[in-house]
Amino acid sequence: MAYAAGVDVGSTQTKAVVVDEGGQVAGRALLPTGANVVQAAELAFRESLRSGDIHEEDVGFVVGTGYGRYRVEFGNTQITEIVCHARGAARMFPRTETVLDMGGQDTKAIRIRPGGDVLDFCMNDKCAAGTGRFLESAAAALQLDLAELGPTALRGQRPVNISTTCTVFAESEVLSWLARGKKIEDILLGVHRSIASRSIALLRRVGIEGEVTFTGGVTRNDAMVAVLNEMLHRELNVSEESHYMGALGAALFALERIRRGREGTPDREVRT
Amino acid sequence: MRYYAGLDVGSTYAKAALLTEAGELASVGIRPTGFRLEEATREALEDALGQARASTADLAYVASTGYGRSQISFRDVQATDLTAQSWGTRFFFPKTLTVLDVGGQTMKALRLDEAGQVRSFRLNDKCAAGTGAFLEKTARYLGYGIQEIGMLVEYAKAPVPISGVCAVFAESEVINHVSNGAHPADIMHGAMESLIERSVRLMKRVQMEPEFTLVGGIMRFPTMVRVMREQLGSGSNVPPEPLVQFTGAIGAAVLAKRRKEKLAA
Repeated sequence: MAYAAGVDVGSTQTKAVVVDEGGQVAGRALLPTGANVVQAAELAFRESLRSGDIHEEDVGFVVGTGYGRYRVEFGNTQITEIVCHARGAARMFPRTETVLDMGGQDTKAIRIRPGGDVLDFCMNDKCAAGTGRFLESAAAALQLDLAELGPTALRGQRPVNISTTCTVFAESEVLSWLARGKKIEDILLGVHRSIASRSIALLRRVGIEGEVTFTGGVTRNDAMVAVLNEMLHRELNVSEESHYMGALGAALFALERIRRGREGTPDREVRT
Repeated sequence: MRYYAGLDVGSTYAKAALLTEAGELASVGIRPTGFRLEEATREALEDALGQARASTADLAYVASTGYGRSQISFRDVQATDLTAQSWGTRFFFPKTLTVLDVGGQTMKALRLDEAGQVRSFRLNDKCAAGTGAFLEKTARYLGYGIQEIGMLVEYAKAPVPISGVCAVFAESEVINHVSNGAHPADIMHGAMESLIERSVRLMKRVQMEPEFTLVGGIMRFPTMVRVMREQLGSGSNVPPEPLVQFTGAIGAAVLAKRRKEKLAA
């Protein structure tokens, strides 16, 4: 039995997925990236093998992706996370034509062809506004756990209007709303709406077509999903696997390499 | 003795300045703003009054400015930051034509005409990358507090380039530099240079012309002033330490005095 693996080294978390010859997920793992990126990649990979009871020598090809993809020292090649998220999303939700990937430090809007080829993308690479970091700042200011953010925001009834764009200033704005006696849930609902409206602006720049699939770490936040659905007037595709979409896409590319290798066709350059 | 008070309620500090009836600076006071704006401002004013051996009964007129100016219930009048800053700058340097003001959460470039009227201005108040918060964040990533920035950067030998695009993204940049063995002082110096680059760009957008005057809390750092002066060439004024932080409050006091005199006439 041959396996293929993808390791997605994000700014906040590292994800690894192993797929079998049929492209089905056979093992996966998720770890905080931390300061030692090389080690995080290694550990996530080992953990994904362990979770599926897979031997390392049965893995034929490993693709690294994410901002730390060049630190996946055991990887056979690297592919950008944009292409990987597109591929993962197309596999999970075949009618996907638009992908929104919200991670710890960046948000990307990607337009794809059915099947997963990238047509266009757009990202906020100059500013942390509208990314998971904005949520982290709000959580820090309110002394809440990241996991509590979503459930708390969902209780909000009257969202405050967060006027700051900058993640750094957002922290003081959150505290000043608190000082003015606003409820935590209403402040947090406002924070979620502010991030959602920035990502929607990003989506509009690539055009919103077909089904929209939501990927990345922020997909685990139910309030963000609810707010995006409401503001976009549509249901986003989200699943348990959404957080692993980049790693899954990378693993599927790895599988393709194994198959092509067997057929003896030369490698096609994969780029964005 | 009667006094005119100017109160500058900034995002980081509340500043107060007292002018005498002759228009001379009598005293200043400063407190961290926190979230009780009015209380912090009142304390800063009381500090200034204490130094002048005066009490609130001696105040002839009170003007407030800064982002929290409208929350000061004991003010007689309020003025925008731009107006206060132009008067405060010209209190020290009457020939100023371009002002750069870098505070905790704002960066402003003002172009004045010969009479001191604001001809044009540009603000950077949406993004921390162009403000004191950028230096504060960088210091924090390095494990230093705001108070230590000035001392730390004096030890710099060769600045490490910091892109200065986003205060949040600077964190990974700082961590990379630290793990590559860069000295914190050099990283801090690099952060200042990136702030200076932004400042000069903002000043160019208001068609800067000498004399230049540099004000705001960030100009407390000698390195910041030195590099700014190198960039701008000669003719860059800086009010004497520690008054560089008080130009807004002083300008508001000047306005309070003018307003009161106009009302009396």
